[in-house]
Amino acid sequence: MNTKEIMPEGKVIVARNLTKMFGNFTAVDHISFEVDKGEIFGFLGANGAGKTTAMRMLCGLSKQTSGQAWVAGFDITGESESIKKCIGYMSQKFALYEELEVWENIRLYAGIYGVPEKEIAPRTDELLQRLGFENEKNTLVKSLPLGWKQKLAFSVAIFHEPKIVFLDEPTGGVDPATRRQFWELIYQAADRGITVFVTTHYMDEAEYCNRVTIMVDGRIDALDSPKNLKQQYDAKNMDEVFHQLARNAKRAEK
Amino acid sequence: MSKSTFSSERKKTPRENWNFFIAFVRKEFYHIFRDRMSMLILLVMPILMLILFGYALNTEVKNSKIAVYDPSHDEVTRALVEKLQVNNYFVLHKMLKSPDEVDKCFKSGEVAMIIVFSENFYENLLHGGHAQIQLLADGSDPNTASTITTYATNIIAGYQQDLLKMDKIPYQITPEIKLLYNPSMVAAYNFVPGVMGMIILLICAMMTSVSIAREKENGTMEILLVSPMKPLYVILSKAVPYFFLSIVNLFTILVVSVFVMGVPIAGSFFWLIVLSLLYIFVSLALGLLISSVVNTQMAAMLISAMGLMMPVMLLSGMLFPSENMPVFLQLIGDTIPAKWYIEAVKKIMIKGLGVGAILNELAVLTVMAVALISISLRNFKIRLE
Repeated sequence: MNTKEIMPEGKVIVARNLTKMFGNFTAVDHISFEVDKGEIFGFLGANGAGKTTAMRMLCGLSKQTSGQAWVAGFDITGESESIKKCIGYMSQKFALYEELEVWENIRLYAGIYGVPEKEIAPRTDELLQRLGFENEKNTLVKSLPLGWKQKLAFSVAIFHEPKIVFLDEPTGGVDPATRRQFWELIYQAADRGITVFVTTHYMDEAEYCNRVTIMVDGRIDALDSPKNLKQQYDAKNMDEVFHQLARNAKRAEK
Repeated sequence: MSKSTFSSERKKTPRENWNFFIAFVRKEFYHIFRDRMSMLILLVMPILMLILFGYALNTEVKNSKIAVYDPSHDEVTRALVEKLQVNNYFVLHKMLKSPDEVDKCFKSGEVAMIIVFSENFYENLLHGGHAQIQLLADGSDPNTASTITTYATNIIAGYQQDLLKMDKIPYQITPEIKLLYNPSMVAAYNFVPGVMGMIILLICAMMTSVSIAREKENGTMEILLVSPMKPLYVILSKAVPYFFLSIVNLFTILVVSVFVMGVPIAGSFFWLIVLSLLYIFVSLALGLLISSVVNTQMAAMLISAMGLMMPVMLLSGMLFPSENMPVFLQLIGDTIPAKWYIEAVKKIMIKGLGVGAILNELAVLTVMAVALISISLRNFKIRLE
C-alpha cells in the first residue's frame, strides 16, 4: 500500500491499528484514527491510558510493535527523518534550557530546525512582541514564571512553522486562567494552518478541541467533536463523558 | 496530499548541518560558563589536585626541627651540627643540656628528631676510629621518621667522607645511601603523570556523561531527538566542548608542573601532546558510553566516580606501584586506559625516552579508543525506547 492511497486528501495524520507492547503489557492497543489538516485534535485519557506512548510513536521517539501510521505524508516506519522536519514537539516536562537566556533558547532551536540565520533575529523580535516578552529577551529562562515558560516553549516549538505540532500535556501544573491564555496561542497557531495534536487529562481543555479522542486502557473508546460526544453520552460536559467511559477502565491510575 | 507541499522536506545542506552543530556547541559552552559549579570543577580542580598530590601528600622533609644533646662539645660534633643545618632539611631547635631532657623534649612534640652524641666523640673517633651518634625520631609517623633519619645519616656519612679526605686516616666508613632523585622532588615526579591521567578522565568522562544525563533529566534530550538534528551531531556537540576544555586543562597541568612543581618535560613535547590527545579521545568515549546507560545525573556521577576514579587511583599505578600487586589485580589494571597513559607519560615526560619506548602504550590506547567510540556510538539510542 503506498502512501498516497493511505493518506486521503486533507489528512495529516493517519494511524492504522497502531500498537505498542512493553513486554506483556499492551500500552497502546490497535488504535486507528485520522487527523484533518489545521484541526486541534485532543487526546484524552487518564494517566497510563497510553496517550503519551501513542504520541511518541507518531513523533519517532518510540517504535511501534505493530500497525502503521503516516505523519505529514511520511511513514513512521522508514521516513521518520522526513517527519522530524515537519513537526514541532513540546513535552510535559518543560524543556527549554534554563541556563540560557530567552533569545538564546529561541536561536538555538531555530538553528536546530534549520531556520535561515538571517530570519532568526527579526522573527525572534516579532515573537517576543506578540507574547509581550520584549523586556525578557535577555532574561535567563529559569527566572521566568512557569506559565511564561510554557508559552515560550510552545512558541519555540512552532517557531519553524511546522505542519503539525505535538503537545504532550503542555499545561501541566498551571492554573485554569493561565491555561486559557495558553490555549489562545494554540488557536492562533491553528489559524495559521498548523495542525495541533494535544494530549491532556484536563477535561476543560477537551472543550477547546475540534475533535477529541478518549483513550481507555490503550484503546480509543470515543472519537468525535466535544459537542457530539456530549449529546451521545447525554452529558453536561466532557468531564461526565469521560467518567462514563473511564468507569470501565481496568488500569488503575498511577 | 503530495509530498512536495512540504517546503522543509528538502535535504539539509552540509552548511545547515554545520550551522546547527555550531549553535549547539555554543549553547554547551554557555552552560559550562554559567554554571559556577562546572567552572570550578573544570578549571580550578585540576590545579588544586596537582598541588594537593604534589605537595601536601608527599613525604618530603623540609625545615624539620631537631634538638641536639652533645656532651662532648668538641670540634667534630660542632661541625656535624653545623653541617646538618646548612641545608633546608633541618633546623636546630634547641641544644639539650642533660640526657633527661631528651625524653621531655620528645613528649612535648617540639622536634621531629633528636641527635645524641656519645661522650668524648672526637677522642673516640681519632683514637679508636669509631664513634657513636644516636638518631631519635618519632616512630608514630614511620614514613617521615624513616625519611628524616635517612637524610641525617646521609649528611653524617658525607661528613665522614670529608674527614677522610683531609686526614687520610681510616675512620669508620658508613655505607653511603644515595638518593636517586632530588629528594624533595620525588613526590611531584610520581604524581604529575598520575594527576594528568586522572584529571583528563574526570573532565571528559564525568562531565560529558553528566551533561548528557542532564538533558535526559530535563526533557531537552527528547526535543533534540524529535528534531531533525542527527543523533550523531547531538553526541559530537556534547563531546566537542569537553575536548577543548581538556586541552586547556592539559596545558594548565603542564604549566603548573613545569613552573611551579619544577618537573621538567624531559622528552618530546610533541609526542606528549599526541599521547594526551589520544587519551582524551578514550576518556570522551568512556563518558559517552556511560551516558548511554544512565538516565540521571546522579547515576552518571556515581558511575564515573566509582567505576572510573577508584580503579584509576588504586590500580593504575598512580598511588601504588602496580608491580607489587597480585597478578589478577594487575590484569584488571591493564584494562584501565589511565594505566597505559600514566606509564607512557612517565616514560616521555620524566625519563625522557623517545617515541619508540611508548609504541606499546600508544597501540593499546588506540585500540581502546576505536573500540569504545564504536560501542558508544552504536549504543546511543536514537529512539528513547
